[in-house]
Amino acid sequence: MFGFGKPSVPAVVDDGRIRARFLVQHPGFRLDVDLDLPGRGVSALFGHSGSGKTSCLRCFAGLDRPQQGYLQIAGELWQDSARGFFLPAHQRAIGYVFQDANLFPHLSVRGNLQYGQRRIPTAQRKVALDQALELLGIGHLLERMPSALSGGERQRVGIARALVTSPRLLLMDEPLASLDLKRKQEVLPYLQRLHEELDVPVLYVSHAPDEVARLADHLVLLDEGQVRASGPLKELLLRADLPFASEDDAEAVIDGQVCGHDAAYGLLELQLPGSDARLRLPHTAVADGQAVRVKIKARDVSLGLNRAEGSSLLNLLPARVESWQVLDAQVLLTLCIGDQRLLARVTRYSFDQLGIHAGQAIWAQIKSVSLLTP
Amino acid sequence: MLKPLKHSLFALGLIFASGAIADEVKVAVAANFTAPIQALAPDFEKATGHKLVASFGATGQFYAQIKNGAPFDVFLSADDTTPAKLESEGDIVPGSRFTYAIGSLVLWSADAAYLDGTDAALKAGQFKHLSIANPKAAPYGLAATQVLEKLGLSEAVKGKLVEGQNITQAHQFVSTGNAELGFVALSQVYKDGQVTSGSAWIVPDALYDPIKQDAVILKQGASNPAATALVEYLKGPEAAKVIESFGYKL
Amino acid sequence: MPLSKNDLDAILLTLELASLTTVLLLIIGTPIALWLARTESWLKRPVGAVVALPLVLPPTVIGFYLLVSMGPNGFFGQLTQSLGLGTFTFTFTGLVIGSIFYSLPFVVQPLQNAFEAIGRGPLEAAATLRANPWDAFFSVVLPLARPGFVTAAILAFAHTIGEFGVVLMIGGNIPGKTQVVSVQIYNHVEAMEYAQAHWLAGGMVAFAFLVLLALYSGRSGKVRAW
Repeated sequence: MFGFGKPSVPAVVDDGRIRARFLVQHPGFRLDVDLDLPGRGVSALFGHSGSGKTSCLRCFAGLDRPQQGYLQIAGELWQDSARGFFLPAHQRAIGYVFQDANLFPHLSVRGNLQYGQRRIPTAQRKVALDQALELLGIGHLLERMPSALSGGERQRVGIARALVTSPRLLLMDEPLASLDLKRKQEVLPYLQRLHEELDVPVLYVSHAPDEVARLADHLVLLDEGQVRASGPLKELLLRADLPFASEDDAEAVIDGQVCGHDAAYGLLELQLPGSDARLRLPHTAVADGQAVRVKIKARDVSLGLNRAEGSSLLNLLPARVESWQVLDAQVLLTLCIGDQRLLARVTRYSFDQLGIHAGQAIWAQIKSVSLLTP
Repeated sequence: MLKPLKHSLFALGLIFASGAIADEVKVAVAANFTAPIQALAPDFEKATGHKLVASFGATGQFYAQIKNGAPFDVFLSADDTTPAKLESEGDIVPGSRFTYAIGSLVLWSADAAYLDGTDAALKAGQFKHLSIANPKAAPYGLAATQVLEKLGLSEAVKGKLVEGQNITQAHQFVSTGNAELGFVALSQVYKDGQVTSGSAWIVPDALYDPIKQDAVILKQGASNPAATALVEYLKGPEAAKVIESFGYKL
Repeated sequence: MPLSKNDLDAILLTLELASLTTVLLLIIGTPIALWLARTESWLKRPVGAVVALPLVLPPTVIGFYLLVSMGPNGFFGQLTQSLGLGTFTFTFTGLVIGSIFYSLPFVVQPLQNAFEAIGRGPLEAAATLRANPWDAFFSVVLPLARPGFVTAAILAFAHTIGEFGVVLMIGGNIPGKTQVVSVQIYNHVEAMEYAQAHWLAGGMVAFAFLVLLALYSGRSGKVRAW
């Protein structure tokens, strides 16, 4: 109960991945998940409220103890109910960002930040306080008390506080949920920077598709306490059997690189890996070579057998038809451009008219592209 | 509309006039007289038709309450000095003061084998606690100190004395075994010629000033027929028998 | 100031009793309050009710049961005797024990409320920041519960100063050992020594008022921030 001293940890195979199995049974609620997640990048736990996302996250943290559980982080075993082994929360190298920041009211921002840092041996401190301050832009808030901070500032302090313990796993429970739109937009860029600059794997709980699209590399779709799908974000968005693709605003996420900016017309030019194709979109300048992520809605992509002439469409890209799914009067197609994938939606009539077949070379007519990051 | 009211008033008046409604006498009773008054009350109520309501406590405490307007009709004190004081201060019905009992002091232990009817155990001093009533507030406590003085034991028992706030508490300390022995009122442990439990040494009269217990009718009870009735009863032969059976003298 | 040696001893004794009781109660009451605040066991209600008993029971009832149980025939008295400690009636130790029972809810309840008000949040945050439960208690719970501790201490101290019924039952009125101020005032009144009673009583009222005033002023300046 007091958790003095670390129990001896059984050895496991280290392949750098995160493996977890949790079974939680309460009257009226059940969580039964089996996850195999990459040991790097951001994995999002996505689902409606009540789907078990937060419950799952708390199991990772050791804040809740499931009836049965197994957790292995990159070769380190944190929990195995079959062997009666359970590492309590305070002995897990995690950082946890709560939905409402949960700062200590009796400590200043500095006190809050140092609280965790003080409790890890100097040798293990990989994230410096300065680094976290800079990353979250809170250097000027150090001497303030939490009650004197805005919601967005509190959340950023909460994130910094979790980082400064140099965790092996960063857990974030809907960190933007309690913020209004303005604050969300204020904090989101910081989260993106985290993603780019730190090497810590992140588990990010959210029910907001936008956030997930911007931040996640890996997506776990939870529904009623069960895993409906788990895989790379971009792939899952395309899958016809998942709710994403069948929704009206189904979209694909594409990674590219900035290769130029037309100042006169205010157009940003992106290069897509694995092809010569260029995407152009109205946007302010971004540094050349900067990695970016864009989303393209299925309904903004139409098809042409030939390259259209005299069209207002900015982006006409050669693509290949990979697969499609018929949905009533419409057809949802998956197209390849280089090694990126794109969704297109056309009427079944047009589909038949054009005589589309698998592997066909076709022109993707993209009406609108949105920049997700940076 | 007034007619029924007049009838009721008339009827009530008749009842009052005939004295058919019994009166209540509120009595402040010294703690040591608790058992006797409880034994006397039913007889009194049967004989006179009046009701007796008794409060028990320390004499000093009652004095303070009476001086501050406590609603007692009759006061049965544990000593004679307090009623005398009330008399000189004009708080009683003149001429109502009389001695209703003369108290006896007894050294008592709850342990039936501890005392042997003499003062041997007291002199031997093998006990840890000797219980007495607070001498400043209870005449039995004062008498106890007189006895100890006369026996030359005052110094010897100095560290072992425990004081109860009144004679009842002094008795309580002994009856729960917390004090091996103590000076209590004979009436608390005596009935019909013998000590009812434990063991005792009845202290010879010569060793302490007589504990004359006086009663008075307070000014408040001047017009209360039940008060006068009680005083008359206490002076009578039935009461005397009961009082003596508890070890008092008259 | 016509205060006799007994009077001054009584004052000192009372202050000793109140201070010692307060300290002991804070030590004993804290784990009880913590358990009551956190537990989900079915025992929570009965234990809470037992703790609250001294609030409703007349002090003389508490005193009476202490008198019987601490005496040589009682459970507690037999225990202490078998340990070679004798019986605790008529002793200062006995008064301390009586005062602990008497003032227990006045310490446990404010502490329990303070702990409950903290809620789970700060404790979970502390755990995710590598603080083990002991550490979290001293670094998070105590500072956040400080107003509760101050209240508990004030109440225990003041309540013990005013204690009368319990002392009356088990004290034995021994000067320097069990003759506390409340009993001494009672003695003076019984012996019709009204002047002394006034001095003692009035003095205690003034003292208590000043102590409470100082403690309450000290409270308002603390822990404002969130």
